[in-house]
Amino acid sequence: MTHVVTDNCRGCRYTDCVASCPVACFHVNEVRVYINPEVCIDCSACIPACPVGAIVEEFDLPDDQQHWMRINAEAAQRYPVIRARLAPLDSAEARRRQLGR
Amino acid sequence: MAIPGTESHPLRVAIVGSGPGGFYAAEALLESGLQVEIDLIERLPVPYGLVRFGVAPDHAKLKSVTAVFARIAEDPRLRFFGNVEVGHDLSVQQLGALYHAVVVATGAAGDRRLGIAGEHLPGVHAAGDFVGWYNGRPECADLEFDLDQEVAVVIGQGNVAIDVCRILASPIDALRRTDIAAHALDALARSRVREIHLVGRRGPVQAKFTPKELRELGALPGWQPRVTPDALQLNVASQTELTLPGFVHAARNLDILRGFAQSPADDGRRPLHLHFHRAPVALSGEPRVERIELEAQALSGDAGAQSATPTGERLSLPAGLVLRSVGYRGTPLPGLPFDLVRGALPHRDGRLVDTAGKVLCGWYATGWIKRGPSGVIGTNRADSVDTVATLLADVAALDAVKAGRAGLCALLAAGGQRVVDFTGWKVIERAEIERGRRDGKPAEKFVRIDDMLAAATA
Repeated sequence: MTHVVTDNCRGCRYTDCVASCPVACFHVNEVRVYINPEVCIDCSACIPACPVGAIVEEFDLPDDQQHWMRINAEAAQRYPVIRARLAPLDSAEARRRQLGR
Repeated sequence: MAIPGTESHPLRVAIVGSGPGGFYAAEALLESGLQVEIDLIERLPVPYGLVRFGVAPDHAKLKSVTAVFARIAEDPRLRFFGNVEVGHDLSVQQLGALYHAVVVATGAAGDRRLGIAGEHLPGVHAAGDFVGWYNGRPECADLEFDLDQEVAVVIGQGNVAIDVCRILASPIDALRRTDIAAHALDALARSRVREIHLVGRRGPVQAKFTPKELRELGALPGWQPRVTPDALQLNVASQTELTLPGFVHAARNLDILRGFAQSPADDGRRPLHLHFHRAPVALSGEPRVERIELEAQALSGDAGAQSATPTGERLSLPAGLVLRSVGYRGTPLPGLPFDLVRGALPHRDGRLVDTAGKVLCGWYATGWIKRGPSGVIGTNRADSVDTVATLLADVAALDAVKAGRAGLCALLAAGGQRVVDFTGWKVIERAEIERGRRDGKPAEKFVRIDDMLAAATA
């Protein structure tokens, strides 16, 4: 089991999830974050922390979203670990409104 | 003088308590970019607080967070002072005089009572004591729980209540491979509990447990979680709550509960009944608890602010063992203000304040002693990051000549205090792992403080 960052995480990068991660399992690129499934301990603190509801438990990942497992695992190898919250992207509020959050 | 945080004038901070809140406060200070000297003071000879004494023994993956704490502790700017109790071995006043800032991270290990008739009866316990007992917490090691009883009632709607149900219902062979305390394993191996009731005042949407924990109740061999479809009927406000940000787990929880409700009424497995909208009103029995009286509750009020009020309808259940998990309270530190209603330290943005609302310069709080018993391990990291940000914003105002670590060491030496440093803890930990190896367990914890201290010098 792990937790998975899905499509909602795009163009906002609030990174509240990062501050609540006890094991530094998040990785970041220009537009979003990913979870390293090898490091996540399934504490679930990041789920309520995400303002756009992008993070789910692997168990709750719908069939048509299963590809996010692979995407997170691969991106975690490619992008650097992020340990502290960043300022959200300029597009963050617009993205949040677009998602109806 | 200058602003503390430089090579010649480091920021000297004491952190009281070495659970998640304390360790994450230390991490945030170490990463602040300032020159810091951090002393992490722990009442017990062993670190990690509720990760050691609260997290259930079968949740090994969660417990693995201790590897992160151990890395933090290895930073040379931090020193661990185990077996040092603030308020006993040194006073709050002495501590404040030694450091630029003190971060209190003592958690919330005390329990809230139900406040109902019969609560004093033998067989009625705080769930937190049961958790401490099976996790080898020294204060709880000598408690006795009567597992000859066939019916256990657990009161509460959070993860602790679920942990307790799961441990009572787990196959003993699954627990044998965990670091559960030997005395608890022996007692649970002889348990005759064959029926469990999990009772909560509010509805499935307001329940505080996480989906992961709830789902685990459905995976206990030989046990069947049962919930009546009626209990899952939602009023309009509860339906609205499903979409509110503060109820992020509610929809998943409801799905899981609906799955439980669909299974046949009795499939021969032992029943684990989940009761919603039921509040305990009395316990009775002679000479020990035998029954619990519940009263039906109706929710009313706006979405996000509903409260439960009794309807008058009563239900009586047999109850040989009652474990209550209806909230936790911190313990006051002599010399610091305390909010008796919240059971936590009064604060503003993490700065301690007195009863008049005036800031106590240099004093901060983080974790459960700050915000009350809510959230999971990671929630405390975000909380500690916030508290440390507040502290760092105050640094210019904290300037003074402070003795810091040298002063603490002198004071403890003068009192003849036996201090366990992190190297000492590692020796204890290795001994616990070695003790566990014999029985195929990841560790067999020492449950007596004297044994911990003896192991540290072995």
